[in-house]
Parts: sequence; C-alpha cells; structure tokens
Amino acid sequence: MFGYEFYVDPSRCIGCQACVNACAECDTHRGYPMIHVDYLDRGASIATVPMVCMHCDDPTCAQVCPADAIKQGEDGVVHSALKPRCVACSNCVLACPFGVPKMQSELELMMKCDMCYDRTSAGLRPMCATVCPSQALAYVKPEAITHRREVPTNVFQFGRQTVTTRVFYMVPPSTPAVEIDVVDYLWEGER
Amino acid sequence: MADLPTTPEALAERYGPHLAYEPPGGWRAGSREAPELVKTHCCFCGQQCGIQLKVHANQVVGFEPWEEFPFNRGMLCPKGVKRYLQGSHPDRLLDPLVREAGGFRTASWDESLDLVARRLREIQERHGKDAVAMYGGASLTTEKSYLLGKFARVALGTRHIDYNGRLCMVSAGVAYKLALGVDRSPNPWSDIPQAQVALVCGANVGECAPITTDYLWRMRDAGGRLIVADPRMTPITRNADLYLPLRPGTDVILYLGILHVVLRDGLQDEEFIAAHTTGFPAVAESVKPWTPQRVAEATGVPPEAIEKAGRWYGEAERAVILHARGVEHQSKGVENVLALINLALARGNFGRPGAGCMMITGQGNGQGGREHGQKCDQLPGQRSLTDPAAREHVARIWGISADELPQPGYSAMEIMEAIHRGEIKGLLSICFNPLVSLPDSNYVREALRKLEFFAVVDFFLSETAQHADVVLAGSLQEEEEGVVASAEGRVLHIRKAVDPPGNAWTDSKIYVELARRLGKEKYFPFATPRDIFEELRRASQGGLADYSGITYEKIDRQLGVFWPCPSEDHPGTPRLFEGGEFLHADGKAHFQVTEPRPSGDPVDAEYPHYLTTGRVVSQYLSGTQTRRIGALVDQYPEPRVEIHPRLAAQHGIADGDWVTIRSRRDAVTLQAQVVRTIRPDTVFIPYHWPGRRSANLLTHRTLDPRSKIPEFKVSACSIEKAAGPPEWAQRGTTPRTSAGLRVVRD
Repeated sequence: MFGYEFYVDPSRCIGCQACVNACAECDTHRGYPMIHVDYLDRGASIATVPMVCMHCDDPTCAQVCPADAIKQGEDGVVHSALKPRCVACSNCVLACPFGVPKMQSELELMMKCDMCYDRTSAGLRPMCATVCPSQALAYVKPEAITHRREVPTNVFQFGRQTVTTRVFYMVPPSTPAVEIDVVDYLWEGER
Repeated sequence: MADLPTTPEALAERYGPHLAYEPPGGWRAGSREAPELVKTHCCFCGQQCGIQLKVHANQVVGFEPWEEFPFNRGMLCPKGVKRYLQGSHPDRLLDPLVREAGGFRTASWDESLDLVARRLREIQERHGKDAVAMYGGASLTTEKSYLLGKFARVALGTRHIDYNGRLCMVSAGVAYKLALGVDRSPNPWSDIPQAQVALVCGANVGECAPITTDYLWRMRDAGGRLIVADPRMTPITRNADLYLPLRPGTDVILYLGILHVVLRDGLQDEEFIAAHTTGFPAVAESVKPWTPQRVAEATGVPPEAIEKAGRWYGEAERAVILHARGVEHQSKGVENVLALINLALARGNFGRPGAGCMMITGQGNGQGGREHGQKCDQLPGQRSLTDPAAREHVARIWGISADELPQPGYSAMEIMEAIHRGEIKGLLSICFNPLVSLPDSNYVREALRKLEFFAVVDFFLSETAQHADVVLAGSLQEEEEGVVASAEGRVLHIRKAVDPPGNAWTDSKIYVELARRLGKEKYFPFATPRDIFEELRRASQGGLADYSGITYEKIDRQLGVFWPCPSEDHPGTPRLFEGGEFLHADGKAHFQVTEPRPSGDPVDAEYPHYLTTGRVVSQYLSGTQTRRIGALVDQYPEPRVEIHPRLAAQHGIADGDWVTIRSRRDAVTLQAQVVRTIRPDTVFIPYHWPGRRSANLLTHRTLDPRSKIPEFKVSACSIEKAAGPPEWAQRGTTPRTSAGLRVVRD
C-alpha cells in the first residue's frame, strides 16, 4: 500500500496475542504465526513486547544464508526463504539481530514475516497491524504517527553493526537511534 | 434427579471440551477462493467489534477485519480472531438430547419439546406457576432476550426469570438509575480520547475490553493522564500516570477520599451542582471525615497518591471515569458506583465531549439483553415491572390483561437458593453456565441435583447442561439475525451468516415451538427475528430504552443507532444528559450518600488474605465457547494463582509451585505465578474453568442488597504450599486426535 509504513510501539502492547492469532490466519501461511509476543519478565512486570520482522535495508539473514535463499523485494520487504533453496541450516535464525526468523523444522523451511505481502499488494493492511487492539503494531501513513507521544526511529546500533530498517520502532522523544551495546559482552582479544 | 447421567470422563469423551485448531476441512480448505464475507459483530464481549465472517458452503471458515466499522476500525482481540472455529466444532450439539440411564440419547424435536412442555406443565400444576424458573443470558440477541421475558410471563406465567447479566454490571445499572435516572453508559467511546484525565477503576481493560486500550492510549497521546485503581497491575497499568493499588473491597473509601480532596480544595463545579443536581450537601458532609491519611490507612494507597488523584481529577476541565467488574462485583457494588458518579457530578463531568462516568458493560449484549425483559424486575424498554403504567402498556401489546403479568421474581443467585430450599422445582435455561460462573459452585451443584426437571438450550454441552434432563440443540450468534446493544448503548445488527448445522434449531424457533406446546401459540406469532423486533419496537416505545425509531436498515445505514431513538427520523442519542438534562422526573441528577461496609466474607486470623477473581484475555466468561478453541487454550491453558513474592516467601512458595488456596467454602490446588504486580495481601485466580480448577469453589454467596450481584471480587482465603499436583493434574494431557483435536483433562 503506497505511502503506508509499519510502526512497532512496545510501550502500547498489552500482550493479548491478537497479532499472533491473526497472523496465523493469513492465507499464505495459515496455521503458522510469524510474530513473537513476549513478557520481558513476568515476575517483575506486566510489560510485553511484540516483534515482527524489521525488514532491514541490508538484511543480515540474507548475508549469512549459504544457499542464497532469502530475497528482498524492490519495495524492501525481506521474504521467507525460498523453499527449493532453503537447507534449513538456521544460520539466519542465529544471525538476525532482532531474533525474528523461525525454523519450521517439520517443513525444513525458514519462515518469517513478509509484511503481509499478499495483503498489502491487494490494498489491505497487514493482518497483525489491522487487528492490534492497542495499535502497538500500526500500519499507517507517517503523518498519522506524529500524533503519538513516542517518535519513530529505524536506526539500530548493535555493537559495531549499524542496522537501518524498513519498519519503524517507536521510542521516547530525543532517542535518535536505539543502541544495544553488545560490546560489553564481546571477547575482543587481549587489550 | 439432575445428577450427572454418566461419568465425567464419558461425557468429556463424547461432548468435550475438545480443542479445535483448524477451520472446517483444515487450513488449506479454509483459504478457498472468494468466500462470502458477512459483515457482523463478534459474539463475545460488550465491545461488539465489527468483524467480517468468511462463509463457504454454509460454514464459517475464517474472518476478515472490518475496517469501516467505526468503533474498532478492524481491531480485534484473540478471541475475536478465533471465534469462527465454533460453528463447525466437533462438540457442537446437532440434535436434541434426552437423558437416559448411562448418558444422553439423541431424540426428535417432537419428542424432546413435548417432554419439556409436559414436565414443566406438570410441575406448575402440582406446585404452582412459580415452581418453574427460567435463566437467560446476555450473549443472546435482544430479540431472543425479549422473547424469553415474554415466554416466562405469558407462556409459563412464572415470576422467576433472570439472566447471567446478574453477574455482570447490574450494580452499575442500579446506581445509574438511582443517580441519573437511566441505566446506560452516558457517553460514546469516542469521548474517551478527548478527556484530560481518565480514572479507570476495577477495569482490566487490556484483557476484558481490549479495544478500549486504544482509546486510552489516544487520550494519553493527546496529553491526557491515566489513573488506574486496581489491586493488581493489569496490562493498561504499564502506561498509568498514577497507579492506586487499593485493598480489595475498599473502593468506596478511596473514592470518598478523592472527593474529599476535590471539595476541600474548592474544585467542585458549583454552577453545575446548583443547576442540575440534588443532594449535594449531604454528600459533601459525608466525605469530610475521609482525609487522605484516613483513606490511606483503610485502602493501602499512599496519602500523596490520593491527593494527586483528587487534584488531577478536580482540576481537569474534562474527565472520564471508566469502571467495570472490579467495583461492581461486591456486596457494596452499588455504593462503589454511586461514589464514582458523585465524583463526576461534583465536577459537572456529564453531557459534554470528553466528560462522563462510563460503565464498561462486559457481555456481548449486556446492554441490550438487560433492557427488554429477561431481567427479573423489568419489562421491555427498561420499564419497571412494578410500574402500573408500564404493565398496562406492555400487557396491551402482548394481548393480555395487566393483572395476568406476574410480579418481579428472584434474581439469578436467588433462583439457585430457591431451588435449594425446594421452592423452585423446574428450570429452563439458555446461555448460562452457573456451575462455573455462580459463586460457591458446590452449593450450585447441590441445587442442580435437587431439581425435579431441568431443560437446557445450548449449542455445546456445558458443565451445567451435563446435569439436564433434556438438552435442546440451539444456535450460535451467527446463525440467527437480530440486534444487540454494545457497551456504548449503540444498537447493532447481527447478520445471519449460516444456518444452524445438523438438526439444531435457532433459539427463537425453539421457544416459539415450546410456547405452542404450552397452548400459548397465539401470543407468539413470530416466524422470523424481524417479527420479534417489530413487536419489541412497539413494546419499548415511550420507555427509557426506546427502540421505536430503530430498524435493521437504519442500523446498516448509520453503522449503529444509539438508543433512545423515539422515531424513524431521529438519528439516535450517542451522548446522554447534554445540557445537564438528566432522566429523573425532576430533570436533575441525584447525589447519593455512600457509606463503607465490610465484605460479606471478612479476612481473619484463619483466612488472612484477600482472594479476588477475574479474567484472562484468551478466555470468555465460563469458557463454554473459548475452552474449545485450541489457540486460545494454549495461550493460557490452566488457571494460575497470582501471588506477590513477599507473600510467596512467607510460605516458601516459588514460581510454578503447587499451592492450596482455602476459603470458608472449599480449597483448590493450582500452580503459583509469583509476580510483583499484585498486592502482597491479595491473591488472584481467573475463573473460566470448571471442576477442581474452578475459582468459584472458593467464592461466597453474599449479594449486594440492591443489585443482587455476588461478591466475586472480595473473599477471604488462606494459602499454603501443596505437597504436589492435585489428582486432575496428574492425569496428564490426552494426545491430539488425528483430526487435530485433543481432549482437555478435567
């Protein structure tokens, strides 16, 4: 759908899993949800977070795929692995900085969110963002998101890797990029 | 007589609950080209979200969001997404059932209806008309609700009909009627984002009214502040600007304290109070002693938080109060709601955009189902059964004399008590699963055993229906046309998507045919739901809930019509009380003094903790429908006890341990969920499950004296670590069958 963007705002999520259930109803992959909703730490908080594919501009999953099975469309959408090519090695599952792809072992195929390609190409919004009752997942025009308290970003810093994405993440104002400092956990040799 | 006809295991094997995961024919069959899309509404909660059902070959095979419907704009919760799996469910009752030794056998409609009519007539001849009672439910369309009320009073001539809405918002209904003159949420939901402050009390919006979350978030986006009062941090609390963790049962004290701050600081709207209300001086006097310090001691909410709530609410030009079962499910549910209305009246928060006090009605047709006659004290149009003019009006339309109309009867729990003491001997029930949903389930089970005759209309064999002598195979919501009224008071059109499967009948056909067998055919000349609706329009005319100007076509054109709608050229009434016009005879709102009272089940040394019960997002009410849908069961398979780490530590309980919660009625053993999101003096159990997993084994039968709502939200309990899992949990999970189904243990 021209002019629409996908926004994820975990601060709005109520953990209801309408997105997960609706995703599993999509005609191209009925029965297999491509979304994760997790409690951050249920003992400590009710906070939950939904995760869809961020559709990276330069997708790590495709970079690490030994079978060249993961393709990106001209619109930037990163697709599930091509069935004839996928060797079910799970490199993509391990490499994705956002933890998105899932290995469907009974199908021997990596499947992931393709931003409801079948729906958006037919003028329908993605299933998850349509049903989400808190609009933690939203598929709207950019001007519609400016009414919110949080602001969108699509720049993520994972250690030394800068990742820019097609999907936007809503963050508190004055947060230009999300930095996840992997460096603190790395062995970088004797210093 | 009405004990189980066979073992619970044999009943479960045949009638479930089994878990359906896939649409009819499996996932691939569900994605056929070009199914028909039927625009209708979800069958579950009072939000009544618009949804399109995918229909193929007279089966509902999936759904598609309906983005044009203004209330939810395509949004749905997981129950709405998966609701389509019921119609083709293998547990679906396809024929009438008659109890025999060792189980149920299928029977013809003639045999089963003749049997029901004969047995009910025999009981009435021997013991009087009122020896038979009826139960209805608030998931039924308004046409069915109207038909039930008329059936009870005209076909059976009994006083006793009530419904499961008695377990919903009736405390709010009584309070709104007393204070404002009408039982309806006064504002459309579109008012919520326009508020500067939303005070949400005892309402787990994120799980029980998920779509309302978006309205609250939009209010915050526009700079509004969210105040949440609840003993638990429910999902919406993650964005609360102020959280008031009150002790269960102290609600009215908290609201007295907030009003105390408002009045102490002179923040009341004197002009509004003088022009549009009565009774303010007595209320003002009554809140004087409730200083924040004293309120803090009673509620456990810090004095500073009470001050802040009073200032924020009092200084806002526009504020909304949203409340639900947390405040209503108490033996002082009416007082709790009245205290909130007093707060709104003191600030003139009525009749304007962004200003209101709104009950979040819980059940699908909780609003429409309670205003046209299946409530024990009401006639159509939200008329009182004791009002001579109302009796005349309705009797004339029904073609009987007003003297023939019975007087008000017992409420839902009182009917069970009357069965217990032998006063009521026959029961005809639909859309109600009291064995799971009423308090003190052991008492309810004993009552069912005492019935001489018990007939149930249902589409699945609920835990309660298992006790029946005759089960009449009825219809799902999508199998019969009709209207419902949502929590907003918006009347909506339920479209028929498919016919009832097999030999099942539509609910209204069942009652019309029963009426014929009771010799009352001429009073029930209804061939279609539209026939019933046309009579209902006339019966409601001139009442508070006036539907006379509503037609199915007008609902379709306007995407809903808010009642009252007194003529066909009237657009309906989205917002009540505009210009400060209230619906009492004097045109004013009436402040009501509220006094705190102890719970009917007080904590003491033996039962030192509070037990409060409620819901989870993936289950609906007694679970008759949602415990049969695989994805919803997987999301939250078994009830867990929420316990604060501090209380858990005192008893050596770790997350996942089996714990026994004991009340003055019974004890249940469930797994602990140790969370910092609940008060340390309170434990929480969701109530959707039957048998030994039922939270209602523990709850008590104290009713609010005016609304007759049971006190689900405040019981006393003790807690101890259990030696191990209970017997039901040791049986293990039965594997899925080849059809993608599993039998649920219980």
